[in-house]
Amino acid sequence: MFAYIGRRIVQAIPVLITVTLVAFALIHLIPGDPVKIMLASRATPEAIATVRHQLGLDRPLPIQYVRFLLGALRMDFGNSLFLRAPIGPILRQRALVSLALLCYSILVSLVIAVPLAILSAIRRNRPTDHIVRMFSTFAFAMPAFWTGLLLVLFFSLRLKLFPTSGLGSGPINYIRSLTLPSITIGFYLAPVLLRSLRASVIETLIAEFVEAARARGLSERRVLFKHVLRNSLIAMITVLGINVGFLISGAVVIENIFALPGLGSLLVSSILARDYPVIQALTLVFGITVIVVNLLVDLSYAALDPRVRL
Amino acid sequence: MKHEVFSETPLLEIQDLTVGFADRRGFLMAANRVNLRLPKNYTLGVVGESGCGKSVTLRSLLGLVPYPGEVIAGSILWMGQDIQKMSKKELERIRGKEISMIFQDPTSCLNPVFSIGDQITEMLRVKLKMQRHKAFDRAIELLAHVGISSPERRLTEYPHQLSGGMRQRVMIAIAIASQPKLLLADEPTTALDVTIQDQILNLLANIREETGMSMILVSHDVGVVAQNADYVAVMYAGQIMERGNAQDVLHNPRHPYTRGLLNAIPKIEQVGQSGPLEPIPGQPPNLTELPPGCPFQPRCPYVKDDCTKVSMELDRPEPEHGTACCFVE
Repeated sequence: MFAYIGRRIVQAIPVLITVTLVAFALIHLIPGDPVKIMLASRATPEAIATVRHQLGLDRPLPIQYVRFLLGALRMDFGNSLFLRAPIGPILRQRALVSLALLCYSILVSLVIAVPLAILSAIRRNRPTDHIVRMFSTFAFAMPAFWTGLLLVLFFSLRLKLFPTSGLGSGPINYIRSLTLPSITIGFYLAPVLLRSLRASVIETLIAEFVEAARARGLSERRVLFKHVLRNSLIAMITVLGINVGFLISGAVVIENIFALPGLGSLLVSSILARDYPVIQALTLVFGITVIVVNLLVDLSYAALDPRVRL
Repeated sequence: MKHEVFSETPLLEIQDLTVGFADRRGFLMAANRVNLRLPKNYTLGVVGESGCGKSVTLRSLLGLVPYPGEVIAGSILWMGQDIQKMSKKELERIRGKEISMIFQDPTSCLNPVFSIGDQITEMLRVKLKMQRHKAFDRAIELLAHVGISSPERRLTEYPHQLSGGMRQRVMIAIAIASQPKLLLADEPTTALDVTIQDQILNLLANIREETGMSMILVSHDVGVVAQNADYVAVMYAGQIMERGNAQDVLHNPRHPYTRGLLNAIPKIEQVGQSGPLEPIPGQPPNLTELPPGCPFQPRCPYVKDDCTKVSMELDRPEPEHGTACCFVE
């Protein structure tokens, strides 16, 4: 097990280095002079020279890269050109919101998807299954902004259960303000998880060890939740991993609808403002997140299935 | 000799058991009016080609006929109680506690993601309400009992770390964990090497001798059944063709199908000679389109005109040596 973890971490290192290289190279890959583009109409020769020096772009490339790496280790990405403040603290705040939103959404999705998938699988091709599948297709087909707006209309404006937008202060309000966004993401994520879990539960249910477990007189509940479920989770976790990697930056529509200060909305505003240092920092953060999520997915495979640990 | 045991109440009595499968393509009977009695401390062997309904019959005894199959007629009396009429709870209690089952392929019958120890102790804790540490100690005993060396270490291992023979031993350990009165063995040695086959059959014989457990041994291998069964039933197309004492059935077969099966076994004195193995001509029948009359009639060397008209009945009552062929002798 430890050897497996070690091997996975070592394998992640080259990818990590590549991600830092890509993030670093970003600023040099922009066609033309990045500084000129950043400054646009304010690009007087003096201003260009100052900004270039500020950004360290007048140093040799290897030195720039090392400085970038050392900075990144300390969460120091320099200053945002647009917000005129250090990027590190902004990023930290935004990442916290995004992370909270992500975890909450995953929780909501799992709470919806797992029981329904199991129900659907054991009632395969019967009315319950058809209803669950119709619901999941319907939920999946709803555009996120539309779902979000409907939820706001009903739960915030009519029932006044949750705030319409913004981030509440204090733990309870914080959770309340993340609830509708999480449900909105859940509407997209739950059907995806549901489908993969349903398929693998159906596949596992016909395995001989399930029949053997029944023949041993274990209750149907025990067979299902212990023997079948553990064997069925791997496919769903794969799908979850892929989507989490995407959602960490892709939740931008939801963040905008609910005015949540997350990483997605930061990315969009920095792209619009040509705030390259922020874009660079975000690229790095997203890349690392995806690597970490993949690592976690791999580790969960090993935790679930001993054959993976080899 | 063994006939006296038939007079007392049997452990298991199967009466006119009929199991049908229906789907869009049609309807078939996997077991057709099967009658069998099993006394205590007794081994019944069921022989037949694949697809003859022996496995389905075995599963119906636990109420585990696979979907879309269903017991459509007949009764299964377990110690006088009809299994068909039992509640789900009662059935769950009997499974694994009074009647256990081992399967053909031990590799796919052990859950790959739980350790051997998990799977044995689960049985002990759920079925016998044992405490965790007691179950653990008992699991070690059981593994040692089925001939697994260094059982403490094996408990922490996973099925994929064991050999096929060892996995079957583990399956047996799980099956006998709660000291059942009846063991259903569905082709228990088919997936194993010949040398391992022998070890497993010996192990089962020893366990039966110690505990007085009865067994139903289903196999397509006449040799395996001959060595282990007191009583033999030969199945074909879901029906019992012949049954009786193992000695009688296998030495003086009365049904042409049984004769065919026995002729198809190579005998040791025939090694090196060419020719004398006789396969049964033709293919096992398609159960959805059974021929009229005797299901074996299209392949039978002694077929007569009447064979397409007779309905199949065993000619002598249990436990006598009965055959479903009316034209022998």
